[in-house]
Amino acid sequence: MSTPTYKMEVKDLKLWYGDFQALHGLDLAIPDKKITAFIGPSGCGKSTFIKSLNRMNDLIETCRIEGTIELDGKNIYDHKTDVNQLRKKVGMVFQQPNPFPKSIYDNIAYGPRTHGIKNKKELDEIVERSLKQAAIWDEVKDYLDRNALSISGGQQQRICIARALAVGPEVLLMDEPTSALDPISTAKIEELVSDLKSEYTIVMVTHNMQQASRVSDETAFFLNGHIIEHGDTRKIFTNPDQEETENYISGRFG
Amino acid sequence: MKNSKEMIMKGIFFLSACFSIVALLLIVVFIFANGVPFMLDYGFFKFIFGMEWTPTNSPASYGIFPMIIGSIYVTLGAAVVGVPIGVMTAIFMADFCPPFLYKILKPAVNLMAAIPSIVYGFFALQVFTPLIRQYFGGNGYSVLTASILLGIMILPTVISLSESALRAVPRTYYTGSIALGATHERSIFRVLLPAAKSGIISSIILGIGRAIGETMAVVLIAGNQAIIPDSLLSGVRTLTTNIVIEMAYATGEHRDALIATAVVLFGFILLINSIFLYFKNKEAKY
Amino acid sequence: MSAKVIRGFVYLSAAITFGMLGYVIFFILINGVRFLTPDLFAWNSTSENVSMMPAIITTLYVVGGTLLITTPIGVFTGFYLVEYANRKNPIVKAVSMATDTLAAVPSIVYGLFGFLFFVTFLSFRLSLIAGILTSVIMSLPLIIRATEEALVSTGRPIREASYALGAGKLRTIFTVVLPVAMPGILSGVILATGRVIGETAALLYTLGSASNIPGDLFSSGRTLALHMFVLSNEGFHVDQAYATAVVLLLFVLILNGLSTLVSARLSKGGK
Repeated sequence: MSTPTYKMEVKDLKLWYGDFQALHGLDLAIPDKKITAFIGPSGCGKSTFIKSLNRMNDLIETCRIEGTIELDGKNIYDHKTDVNQLRKKVGMVFQQPNPFPKSIYDNIAYGPRTHGIKNKKELDEIVERSLKQAAIWDEVKDYLDRNALSISGGQQQRICIARALAVGPEVLLMDEPTSALDPISTAKIEELVSDLKSEYTIVMVTHNMQQASRVSDETAFFLNGHIIEHGDTRKIFTNPDQEETENYISGRFG
Repeated sequence: MKNSKEMIMKGIFFLSACFSIVALLLIVVFIFANGVPFMLDYGFFKFIFGMEWTPTNSPASYGIFPMIIGSIYVTLGAAVVGVPIGVMTAIFMADFCPPFLYKILKPAVNLMAAIPSIVYGFFALQVFTPLIRQYFGGNGYSVLTASILLGIMILPTVISLSESALRAVPRTYYTGSIALGATHERSIFRVLLPAAKSGIISSIILGIGRAIGETMAVVLIAGNQAIIPDSLLSGVRTLTTNIVIEMAYATGEHRDALIATAVVLFGFILLINSIFLYFKNKEAKY
Repeated sequence: MSAKVIRGFVYLSAAITFGMLGYVIFFILINGVRFLTPDLFAWNSTSENVSMMPAIITTLYVVGGTLLITTPIGVFTGFYLVEYANRKNPIVKAVSMATDTLAAVPSIVYGLFGFLFFVTFLSFRLSLIAGILTSVIMSLPLIIRATEEALVSTGRPIREASYALGAGKLRTIFTVVLPVAMPGILSGVILATGRVIGETAALLYTLGSASNIPGDLFSSGRTLALHMFVLSNEGFHVDQAYATAVVLLLFVLILNGLSTLVSARLSKGGK
């Protein structure tokens, strides 16, 4: 068995919102070009945790963090880190599809333009490639100037994935990306995520246990701000070490 | 490089935000620095409660009590005229108005708020003064004329704010009452109206603030005599009109007396504004 | 009271309100339109023709100058309050309080202040610049409030999306938030325009009432509303005052139409 290479390593991460401690010293290694799923009941800290991987928690005024998160061996919470460059490398897809009220083209081109690409031909290529990667090119290629809010929710979410891919990230964070979608759209996105794994490291929060077992390589089970158990997905779902994990996946609470 | 741009713009935004604080401070300083020393020199009580305003006599008297009473009279008059009609119209807008009509009437209320006060004043001068002269007597320039005019001018304020207060009451209150067999009218007056009370009161206070601060419309139709009016048909001078009438030629002590009048007006406005904020904050969060 | 009586009062009040509005508008139009002679739009105003053309031009100057200054300051203040400052920040509280108070200050107090500060203390004399700067302070709260509300209502998700793509704060504000907030800000600008067009008390002792077009920033002039005040106060030119009122109403009607259009777009954009 080859030793896995880790893209990100979290060491003793503690996080507070004001006086409330949401995360209690988490340690986790996220393997490169694999899919890691976070599961656990509502309020267990999995969404908070995923948001600290690209420092989206910086936007919350009362949020305070201790510990380190390394991306390729460099601490992202170091004061020298350029947050915008970090977020270029670590992209994110949200629970609710949140396209900008602009055209589909401008949505995808927004990120590359942000990072200084102005050449029209180059932008065209990026837009096409990203939409293809997100498996939505065929559906929208004739309507690129249409407002992104005018298409269906499932399509919007794939536009958001394409938009995240367009800046060329290495890691893709997905915070319950299908919980607001219908089953058919969900299936499309699961399929898409499995395809993307060859090029990207993917971290996914999900409420849907079947989704985690279908899609992910590794799974971490969160409870009350702790990681109770983390390991190979098949093992977690068939033969977990911890009783709480067993209880949760068998639906006895949460 | 990119970071410094962010910092510079943040600084510009911050300075812009400070602008309104600086503007307010300047206003307060310039009005008070000129007005308060005069009040103290002349005698605070003599100024506020003095019955004589004869700035051109020698020695001059600067008593603004008639103007304080004048402002209070016309403002109360405006409330008597404008509040019932305004609140009832708001009820009409919120609960009786068919949608197709609402599409026309809502912009009409906004239009009513946008008509310049000088146009209202001119209209009152041409229409109300002769009517009042003819049917009630006097020369038409009176407390009554000013009250009716200001009553109309505060309508849009009272209507829009009361309407949104009524609309903010959860529909379940209304359906709950209807379900008990109450009529549409009873449900509105016994359930919705009390629930929207704070919002309606704050709309009235804001309207009163408008009325007490109005100048140019009033100056055309109030007669402007600096004595306490003894009837609804007597002429009246308010704090605001006192300033605008005499500012053109006032100098020295006289000018300071007018600025001191503005200090008193400012005091009234601050008082009304804090009452308004009190009720606005009280406005129930359902 | 029976339901019928109550209903009667409600309908009667609405009839009085809108009847009065209709009366004001039609009274002015019917009495004014016939006096709208070409003379009234002569380029130069004399005591014989009482032309309102200079007043129309001056109104445009004052409105334009005011918006040019007040819009960026107001919008930037909104940016600072909503996008940068912590809600508990004492500066935010102070700005909010100042804005509320400025919104409540009567026009005549602005006029007096403008006279004491711009006209006298800064020696601008009765002038375009003194009138504009006074109008700037007066209209500022309208723009700030409108911007604040518009920014808050754009919501968190599009901001998050932009930050997550590695965009900085400025880029997020200007390319993502601002376009969405634009109709709301625009309706604040229209409101401010209306306030300046209709203003008299604040301008009488700052802009003055000279009857010709101000030649430079330091000359006096009169806006349409001031022109109308002078005419109706003197009482010699009642017909022309009616005609001026018609033009003034026309301005207001156009602005109101604009703002209705904008708010229609606003509610459509929300869906």
